[in-house]
Amino acid sequence: MNLYEYQGKALFKKYGVPVPEGYVAFKPEEIKEFTGEKVIKAQVLTGGRGKSGGVKFASNIEEARERAKEILAMEIKGHKVHAVLVEQKLKIEKEYYLSILIDRSTRAPLIMASPEGGVEIESVPDEKIYKYSVNPEIGVHPFVGRILSKKMGFTGDLAKQFTKILINLYRLFREYDAELVEINPLVLSEGKLIAADSKVVIDTDSLYRHPDLEENAAEKTPLELEANKAGYAFVELDGNIGVIANGAGLTMATLDTLLLYGLKPRNFLDLGGTDSVDITKNAFTYVLKANPEAILVNIFGGVTKCDTVAQGIIAAKEEFGIDMPIVVRLSGVHEEEGRAMLADAGIHAFADMRHAIEKLKSIMEGAQ
Amino acid sequence: MSVIVDENTKIIVQGITGHQGSFHSGEMIKFGAKVVAGVTPGKGGITVHNVPVYDTVEEAMTHEPDATMITVPARFVKDAAFEAMYHGIRVIYILTEKVPLHDALEIVSYARSHGHVVIGPNGPGITVPGKTKIGIMPNHIFRKGTVAVASRSGTLTYEIVNALTQSGYGESVVIGLGGDRITGLNFVDILELFEKDQDTEAIVLVGEIGGTAEEEAAEYIKKYVSKPVVAYIAGRSAPPGKRMGHAGAIITRGKGTAESKIKAFNEAGVPVAEFPWEIPDALKKVYR
Repeated sequence: MNLYEYQGKALFKKYGVPVPEGYVAFKPEEIKEFTGEKVIKAQVLTGGRGKSGGVKFASNIEEARERAKEILAMEIKGHKVHAVLVEQKLKIEKEYYLSILIDRSTRAPLIMASPEGGVEIESVPDEKIYKYSVNPEIGVHPFVGRILSKKMGFTGDLAKQFTKILINLYRLFREYDAELVEINPLVLSEGKLIAADSKVVIDTDSLYRHPDLEENAAEKTPLELEANKAGYAFVELDGNIGVIANGAGLTMATLDTLLLYGLKPRNFLDLGGTDSVDITKNAFTYVLKANPEAILVNIFGGVTKCDTVAQGIIAAKEEFGIDMPIVVRLSGVHEEEGRAMLADAGIHAFADMRHAIEKLKSIMEGAQ
Repeated sequence: MSVIVDENTKIIVQGITGHQGSFHSGEMIKFGAKVVAGVTPGKGGITVHNVPVYDTVEEAMTHEPDATMITVPARFVKDAAFEAMYHGIRVIYILTEKVPLHDALEIVSYARSHGHVVIGPNGPGITVPGKTKIGIMPNHIFRKGTVAVASRSGTLTYEIVNALTQSGYGESVVIGLGGDRITGLNFVDILELFEKDQDTEAIVLVGEIGGTAEEEAAEYIKKYVSKPVVAYIAGRSAPPGKRMGHAGAIITRGKGTAESKIKAFNEAGVPVAEFPWEIPDALKKVYR
């Protein structure tokens, strides 16, 4: 789960990572009197907001409220602006980069630091990114700060500040179950290193340990949230074929196959392993809400009983009055009974995926 | 020894009294696996499928287990895995999904530096047809043979194993590495074992979007693998930034696309099947 900049910065502050003085405002009226110059920053869960005009400056309250009003009305790369962060404008002498993430290949946290901050890290040449792979059993101690400070060109007090930021950031990364903590840019302003931006991604599977973090709904569509709450892995796509399958890999393979056949999936829905009529039946609720033109069910039963799955499909068809085509692939324990039950209920049922998708293709072509 | 486990591997099941634990222990026993004990705190003294249940792994150690299947709720997985490793159990298979990322990291990191093998989390386990099974793969799809399969998914693995068996092939070993971002084994680790395994003559890799495990596998195959390899990649149609069910299956910052993986495999001389059912045909071209 991505945190907004202001949420990330609140965590930075809690962990002793310096951030500019500031506060979040959801309405222009929430902006208070000030002296000096302020920066008004759009709070959106996407990058590139500066280029899109989501960062503006103001030197008095009227101007600040006017700018905030403009920004709050914006949509950046399809994301509605959630709030604005109002901060004191920093005098920037130099911009650096610092992040900690989980490296899947080494299965260890990886620290990345670069003296070229303020730009997309992907655009920084590899030799300008200094990496340190953390041994989780050892952790991050001041020596790691010394190693990286030397490469970054920090000496004296700056090296001390950098080391403290690094150790505190790693503590946050571990204690808040983060997938990524990123400071870009880490700015040098009047002799101090300050986190001018924050990107924090929290592992969703660990959210139960962090009751202080509310799930940011903005990343998912309302229908996705509703289906996820009911226990289904569900993603909306932009086609017209509703899809229900079991297992993430098989569901993905089903979507890929549809596309290769020139059919466009409306959604990804993974039932998970299930032996229950209701889990199958209720999955249709969410697929139907997405208004598809036909539904493909692809179940490789494994240990799931296919007659149970068939009952769920038939119950959905009857209860929800589904009159669009349903094509089912059903394979596994009791598969012949399952397919016979479906055939009796007027639902196309096949033993393998290829024939099911070919049938669906011919139905969709006939409908045109 | 076949890959990681064999017919002599003694297995305990942590969480044996749960719905999943009990059902799958029964299926494992039917497959011929030596399930010697179960552990569920507070349930010591009962039996499940005639297997004695203990409160602690310490008590179960009298059965000298080499492997454990962990099927406890996600928040207790770290506790269970460290309990097993503390007592020296070599193979730690974690069935549970949604294990916190940093818990998985700690488990896998300790295991790798202390000689344990972690399979999973969030995968279907390992099956050596004719010898043993630890996990939840359906018994009826296998036939003993010469093709080794490694996969990041569950049901898609069954689909492909089933297609192999139906086409007359058999399997030497089938392993599900797990669908999470951090797993105990990745493709490179398992390729090393497949290459050494005397029962394995050909290899099938079932990858998916997210991460760079497939690209690393392709590099490794170029240098070290002499046996024929074919692959399938799920997730060609996945949009960036959307997590496709598995925690690991997400395209972030432009990394982990299906195109990049297919390209890497092709450059390593590994044919990539377009459809899951084409794996046996692809194998026919490079193997027999």
